[in-house]
Amino acid sequence: MRRLITQVGEWFDRRLQLAAPIREVSEHAVPRSTASWWYVFGSAALVVFLLQLVTGILLALIYVPSASEAWNSLQSLNHDVALGWFIRALHGWGSNFMVAIVLIHMVQVFLFGAYKFPRELTWIVGVFLLLITLGMAFSGQVLRFDQDAYWGLGIGASIASRVPILGPAIVKLMLGGPIIAGATLTRFFALHVFVIPGMLIGFVCLHLLMVLKLGINEWPMPGRVVRRATYANEYHELTKKDGAPFVPYAVWKDLFFAAFILLAVAACAVYFGPFGPTGRPDPTIIQTVPKPDYFFLWLYALLSLLPPSMETPALLIGPVIAITALVLLPFLSGEGEKSWRRRPIAVLTVLLIAVTLGTFTHLSGFTPWSPHMNAWSGDPVPKRFLHGTTALQRQGALVFQSKQCRNCHSLGESGGQRGPALDSVAVRLTQDQLIRQVIQGGGNMPAYGKNLSPAETTALVAFLETLHPTEQAPARDAALEESSERHASPQP
Amino acid sequence: MSNENMLSRRGLFMKMGILFNGLVATALAVPIVRFLLASVTRGRANAYLSWVPLGPVGQFPEGETRLATFRNPYVTPTDGKTVDTACWVRRIEGDQFQVFAVNCAHLGCPVRWFQQSGLFMCPCHGGAYYRDGSRASGPPERGLFEYPNKVQDGLVTIQAGELPTPGSPTAFLFGKKPPCAA
Repeated sequence: MRRLITQVGEWFDRRLQLAAPIREVSEHAVPRSTASWWYVFGSAALVVFLLQLVTGILLALIYVPSASEAWNSLQSLNHDVALGWFIRALHGWGSNFMVAIVLIHMVQVFLFGAYKFPRELTWIVGVFLLLITLGMAFSGQVLRFDQDAYWGLGIGASIASRVPILGPAIVKLMLGGPIIAGATLTRFFALHVFVIPGMLIGFVCLHLLMVLKLGINEWPMPGRVVRRATYANEYHELTKKDGAPFVPYAVWKDLFFAAFILLAVAACAVYFGPFGPTGRPDPTIIQTVPKPDYFFLWLYALLSLLPPSMETPALLIGPVIAITALVLLPFLSGEGEKSWRRRPIAVLTVLLIAVTLGTFTHLSGFTPWSPHMNAWSGDPVPKRFLHGTTALQRQGALVFQSKQCRNCHSLGESGGQRGPALDSVAVRLTQDQLIRQVIQGGGNMPAYGKNLSPAETTALVAFLETLHPTEQAPARDAALEESSERHASPQP
Repeated sequence: MSNENMLSRRGLFMKMGILFNGLVATALAVPIVRFLLASVTRGRANAYLSWVPLGPVGQFPEGETRLATFRNPYVTPTDGKTVDTACWVRRIEGDQFQVFAVNCAHLGCPVRWFQQSGLFMCPCHGGAYYRDGSRASGPPERGLFEYPNKVQDGLVTIQAGELPTPGSPTAFLFGKKPPCAA
């Protein structure tokens, strides 16, 4: 039996002649220091990508890329086809994991100085792989053709339309027509299934080829400085003196981690299930609060926190600067120290970016910048704010609710957070200031002058004046009191 | 005959072959690029825009703002529900109307009308607009997009057909400064 297998193997290898090169590649010497748990993220990203290929093809067996049918076909995947929900969940969670692993891999490569000479091009191809991965993530979200996908496309179109001169043409090119409709979905299907994966496979091959040709980056030692003239010899010496064959010396850690990641994806898929689809992509249903998937949440937050005038420049120039900086990085610091212990600015940059993205993502979880659309009818004024109030003040509380003030202002921790909480507004503003703020607006608050009768304004302000802690007196107009005191007290 | 500078017969054929392929590729590129840009070139000179009826005037009470829906004039067979579009119709008085796109002028999320406070509010980033569509607060840099409208045969009719976005030509043509309500 064994002889037969050997013979068949030899028959094929006589024709393919692949055994020798494969053996050579897998047994090539790598520095022993690279057989580390820190060096497993690249191969894990590749394995998750393979999972995405397989599950993607499986989904394509059922999915219909048509604006009228896509949502229904996802429903049938979720509910009718045996284990369709599981394959969808694997693909969805696989995409989340892939974005996360690619980012972690990038941070590791950056902190270990692996982008330095002679691996500049490996890094640049890696930057494109990150962009392509994000492109897959966005186009994949579009294929889940639901309300979030529909309005997400609208947001994409609004951003694209801000490009000077070419904006409208880019929008029509992106949508495949004047509106988000059938042609939009089919072109995103072509992108997600043919164009971007094709690019991804091509770039992954290039990336791997360079890893093989140039060798895996050695563990960075403080003081071991990269110089263009000497690096190649030093690396060669290192692999000769302290090297080991990649298979099996280093590969077992990659194998374990890849299996662990696949298991984690499967566990998330089983436990959390597939993503959506949310409501039907029907633009006449406007009771919706669209939100992007988690990897674009930071952008969602940024777009509401930037000053309006800075938004378009930030949207159009920001990505260009970021991508240029990433591409130029290996040319600006292609030599020198690799170890993160000797590169404090690199470490701080990573921390700053991580904290910024983390904070924005966290903020997107509760969107303090969005009005709570149903707070005015859903969150009653807490009882304690109405204790011992007069009829006028209670009338004011009614105005406060019915005029939707609550959508942006919270009372007793419930309500919108777009504007300041009003639990103690009377401490901050005097009666005159309250009237002025309500009628004229300002500081990002609309003017309510045209929508409040004088009686309503009086009642509302009377209610707002009661909003102060019992131990703290409401704000008074010092100038007014001073002048009245002056009038009252006899002149000496 | 072994002069290195001389073009050999085979070399000439190879160069001609490359040139021939280049010519064919260029000839094929023309229809391919035109196909790819079809959605852009068709949209020139506002070819996507048409007048669409929203409903009889009587359907919209004076002084109020109501949600209306219309079918986009440009439809393809697989569009499904996506060609049904919503818009906010404000009847000022008589035949005077303002018709706003539901798409926020910031990033296109659907704004909702709040009758009591007389505001449109956006659920995404908190943009707010007054009843006449002008900007009240939040990130939008301008008022709501407004469709040109007219009353024809007792029907409120609007010129529509393109997704209104901050950079679209329709946004520049119409409703950049909505007329003041007062």
